[in-house]
Amino acid sequence: MKEIRIHARAGQGAITTATILGHAYFAEGKFPYAFPYFGAARMGAPMNAFVRVDEKPVRLRSQVYEPDFLIIADATLMRGFNCFTGLKNKGVAIINEKETLDLKEVKPGQKVFFVPANDIAMETIGRPIANTALLGAFAAATNEFKLDSLIEAINKRFSENLAKVNIAAAQKGYEFISKATTYGAKRT
Amino acid sequence: MKQFIEGSRAVAEAVKLCRPGVISAYPITPQTHIVEELAQMVAQGDLNAQFVNVESEHSAASLVLGATATGVRSFTATSSQGLLLMAEVLFNIAGLRLPLVLTCANRAVSAPINIWNDHQDAETVRDSGWIQLWAEDMQDVMDLHIQAYKLSEDKRVCLPVMINMDGYILTHGIEVVDVPTQEQVDKFLPKYNPLYKLDVDKPMTLGFLAGPDYYLETRYAIQSTMSDCLKIIPEIVADFKNIFGRSRGGLVETYRAEDAQSVIVAKGSIIGTIKDTVDELRNEGKKVGAVKIITTRPFPAEVLNKCLLGIANIAVVEKAISLGAFGPLFADIKAVLSANPKQKLSNFIVGLGGRDISKQTIREIFEKLVKTDETCQFIGIKPELLTGENPQESFSDE
Amino acid sequence: MFGPIVSKSGSGVKYKTGSWRTTQKPKFLKKNCIACKMCIMICPEGCISGKEKNTFDCNFDYCKGCGNCVAICPKKDIIMEKE
Repeated sequence: MKEIRIHARAGQGAITTATILGHAYFAEGKFPYAFPYFGAARMGAPMNAFVRVDEKPVRLRSQVYEPDFLIIADATLMRGFNCFTGLKNKGVAIINEKETLDLKEVKPGQKVFFVPANDIAMETIGRPIANTALLGAFAAATNEFKLDSLIEAINKRFSENLAKVNIAAAQKGYEFISKATTYGAKRT
Repeated sequence: MKQFIEGSRAVAEAVKLCRPGVISAYPITPQTHIVEELAQMVAQGDLNAQFVNVESEHSAASLVLGATATGVRSFTATSSQGLLLMAEVLFNIAGLRLPLVLTCANRAVSAPINIWNDHQDAETVRDSGWIQLWAEDMQDVMDLHIQAYKLSEDKRVCLPVMINMDGYILTHGIEVVDVPTQEQVDKFLPKYNPLYKLDVDKPMTLGFLAGPDYYLETRYAIQSTMSDCLKIIPEIVADFKNIFGRSRGGLVETYRAEDAQSVIVAKGSIIGTIKDTVDELRNEGKKVGAVKIITTRPFPAEVLNKCLLGIANIAVVEKAISLGAFGPLFADIKAVLSANPKQKLSNFIVGLGGRDISKQTIREIFEKLVKTDETCQFIGIKPELLTGENPQESFSDE
Repeated sequence: MFGPIVSKSGSGVKYKTGSWRTTQKPKFLKKNCIACKMCIMICPEGCISGKEKNTFDCNFDYCKGCGNCVAICPKKDIIMEKE
């Protein structure tokens, strides 16, 4: 079983991210369970969405405390809050951030990928909605599913034109990681 | 066909496949997605039904009561405060013996206001004469709705059915669901053909005054039908399996309980977490198991008694409490097991207002239940939030 | 199993409330009637009928002798009399 925790702000589309992520796994015959946890239920408030996935139907209904993977939709979420709590020793984090930050929370063995997902989204979608770029980066960084499965999931979620630009964003996110060096890799 | 869909969408798809004529609801979190999906299906012409917008849950329940009384298959859904606002009408629907299906997206009850999941709403109306079924996962949600119409409309039953699904955990969770075809559902669920209905061409009175000379018999009849349902529900599950090829629903399900020394009895989505914990503890050599109650009304006393026979330690784990007494399910089970003084029966209250229930929570209960037969043990209490005398002292600014 | 929850329409007709009268019953004088139909509307048993002026009367199978028609009649054209 793999567990993914998404950190975002309400309104940034974390549930959509979890849905598409789950769908990409579903496209490969796995059994995902994607679910949100709302905090204050107000736009801008920090919130979580989760995906838990296995080869057989997932029964566990608790929140995710020891994720294999993290997606941080906005680096400001790390201000005064440790998003890395519980991340597994060989865990992988994808962070939407242009700069390479020095993160004290990261342990040796964990990998962190910084993706300029807002820039990619502005280029491809025309709005700073970074989710699909992050998911492309996720696919490349984790090898959890093929890019094609992600594209299938995006096609399922969005109608024609929106799907096209989001697929472009996912592809760019994917390519960015294929070339990038990771912060965690440098540390170890 | 297998689809990756939200729990609320699964309800909407199931209801659509059952071809209701009238849907009425008032939006309330976390039920909202269910009725949004249905409203959209009606607006797009995918579902040939009337969707009636109303000004409250009381009106929604009254409207579907009226629609069902005229012989039209109907549907409504609600949650928490909404269910309680419906409470008066719920008793009427059952009292008039009208077949109806209601989805309750289980949520805590105010105050303090809380939109997250527990079972207090549905447990509070458990005496209303409704059949109550509890879903563990999205496939349960899908299949229980289809079974519910068949059960409710069975001429031996004619009682409304409430399907309980945990708010957010199931309503907003997205999972792989096997969505049946219209042909399968049509084969399983015949057209609604009521025993009696309001019809201007054949007038009759429904819901007249029943004084002391009549009322007692109406209650006795419902009690007697409820007990018949304990035989009818397994029949419906068997019919369902014949057509859909899978066994879902029913009264009670056991999980590794046969040779267990300790079991947890629970209902709803928490069962999944318990099953995973049971597997872990079994791997560590502990003889533990779980009993899932699917139907709480009618209460499957005999079946439960059989499942729990000879199990030394039993804990009833609940997301609801009858304040001042016990967990409601515990009280029912205690009544069933009263003949066996050797068993240790304890009661744990968890997850109220959406407090997360992890495998660790369940492990803690498995550790505690062998040592105690206390009732109403709250798990996960934060002592720092409990004040002594004046609540202002702990929450006022320094 | 079902209890008593439905009944055929018109079952109330079998219930002859006229037997509830004790000492008095209305008498329609049929002299100054203006056909305002107030008596029809006020009658709790719905047992008064009539259309034209001075044609109104009640069915004593159901009249309980309450006197509401006497009280409402604007022309005092209905009175109570001894049984």
